[in-house]
Amino acid sequence: MTLTASRTAARTRWLQDNGVYVAVAALLLFNALFTANFLTVGNFTTQLVQAAPVLIVALGMALVIGTEGVDLSVGAVMALAAAIIPLYLGAGPFMAITMALVVGALAGVFNGFLVAKVGIQPIVATLALLVGGRGLALVIADGQLVQLHDPAFLALGTDDVLGVPISVLIAGLLALVIAGVTNRTTFGRQLVAIGGNRKAATLAGLPVNRVLVGVYAICGVLAAIAGVLATSRLSASDPADMGLLMELSAITAVVVGGTPLTGGKVRVLGTVFGVILMQLVRATLIKHNLPDSIAQMIQAAIIVAAVYVARERR
Amino acid sequence: MTTTLTKSGPTPTKAARTKVLQRQGAAVALVLMVAVSWLVFPRFGSLDNLRDLALQGSFLAIIAIGMTFVIITGGIDLSVGSLYALGGVLAAWGSQYGFLAALALPLVVCGLIGLVNGLLIAKTNMAPFIVTLASLLFARGLLLAITDEGANTYKIDGDSAFVELGRGTVAGFGYPIFVAAVLAVLGGMVLNRTNFGQNVFATGGAEQSAVLLGVPVAKTKVLVYTMSGTLAGLAGALTAAYLQSGVTVIGVGLELDAIAVVVIGGTLLTGGMGTILGTVIGVGLIKVIQNVINQIGTLDSNYQSVVSGVFLLVVVVLQRILRR
Repeated sequence: MTLTASRTAARTRWLQDNGVYVAVAALLLFNALFTANFLTVGNFTTQLVQAAPVLIVALGMALVIGTEGVDLSVGAVMALAAAIIPLYLGAGPFMAITMALVVGALAGVFNGFLVAKVGIQPIVATLALLVGGRGLALVIADGQLVQLHDPAFLALGTDDVLGVPISVLIAGLLALVIAGVTNRTTFGRQLVAIGGNRKAATLAGLPVNRVLVGVYAICGVLAAIAGVLATSRLSASDPADMGLLMELSAITAVVVGGTPLTGGKVRVLGTVFGVILMQLVRATLIKHNLPDSIAQMIQAAIIVAAVYVARERR
Repeated sequence: MTTTLTKSGPTPTKAARTKVLQRQGAAVALVLMVAVSWLVFPRFGSLDNLRDLALQGSFLAIIAIGMTFVIITGGIDLSVGSLYALGGVLAAWGSQYGFLAALALPLVVCGLIGLVNGLLIAKTNMAPFIVTLASLLFARGLLLAITDEGANTYKIDGDSAFVELGRGTVAGFGYPIFVAAVLAVLGGMVLNRTNFGQNVFATGGAEQSAVLLGVPVAKTKVLVYTMSGTLAGLAGALTAAYLQSGVTVIGVGLELDAIAVVVIGGTLLTGGMGTILGTVIGVGLIKVIQNVINQIGTLDSNYQSVVSGVFLLVVVVLQRILRR
């Protein structure tokens, strides 16, 4: 290989790995220069608050995608969490949130069981819960939107610590935890190994089924947390709209962040930046008064471009 | 059959029975469902209801036929719901320029988007899931752009020949039913009797071996996604003709319905195996279930999705268990 060729290859490699960070930096620079009132604390807070639920869901999705799976049910799980909250809010916010998270975990274990033990493909296994889960949430809530008044529960969506909104704080903490789990624990190594080559992982004696169920359970709990936070911010339980199309936003952020759909690799920081990138793109388009139609088409182009750059070459 | 050699293995008759169930499980379920519904709900068997059932199923069937081809190649097409809506709007807009424009415009535009899907997937090694996810967004954006951000619903003149295509009937059965039936027969023949069909199976069965054997894998992929896009556009156009307007909000999540019926019909998401007949039976099953839930009446319409989800689950679990 000639020197220039290897240099080009190295440059492509670098762009593949760091494209999402470059894109975020470029977009920040663009907005700093051309968008009025962009560099304000208020604006950054708004952007982060809007991105927090997507990030929490995307973290779980990144783990699932790392195992060469996908979880289409996350939006439905958010709706289930939203439907559960008003049922138990009478017993205090702690009880309500616990029950919502338990339901999220159960949904995840159910998905994981179907994928690991029954051997159904992740798309179909989680599609069943996507279709049925939101219906179930609507049945639980009797199809109604319920206004919530518990001050302690609503504080979750309105209060902040030292200027950082609670939901953003939780999202940040969860990102750190998931990064730690992925990079520093046996569980993290096992899930990447399973995503890389499930047969080899099985033959090597890894507890494949247990890890898969665990990964889907984590994804379910994270989706439920996102549902709780979004419900609190909305100050209403709205199972009809809660988390609608969230699965697509989360998958997009994960893939744009450089985690391949083929599994075997999880990029937590990339996922965080993938979420930030998609949020910034939307904010930029809105702030420059582009209509929804153009905004959607540009988002589509960005997804294709990001995945094109990051794709694995044959 | 090797199972007869092992002592603990199932007896031949049982194995044969399993095989029939495995192959025809969805068909058996459909026959049972129809028989029970017929007995329990007097209105189910009425000609009016059956006509309605077939018409409702025909739009989904047209989309699902394209999806079957895509899934057999080991791919997936998430853009069909958006293309369905876009096709309807384009047909309604085009109807002011006559029958041909109303029919050709959605087919060409949706076909082109399908072509781009196919080219991106075949030539750049990008995952079908993500490429068609992007075109799901793109097609919705395009739809919003031509409808004044969704505020403008184009109407179709009730006397035009194009409306006849959606509302016309033979013995009370709507034209779209016949379109879907012809396409299903054609699709089945193309899949099983042509070189292209063989290439579709080969691409999904073992892509790398197919490439080595000289199967035109890239060309096959481009073709199936183009087909899927075109069929989604056609289903949208027929729906617009039936509704006499290009409704902008339909088709959200329709891609998932299409995938579900294909899977229920026994086509494997891993590719390499599947039938059009199975897909048609899958459409029948989902529509009969929805119809029955509507007949019960007292049931909350939210139960419809719960039952659909549970049903999808039962079918795929059974398929999985029977395949062992």
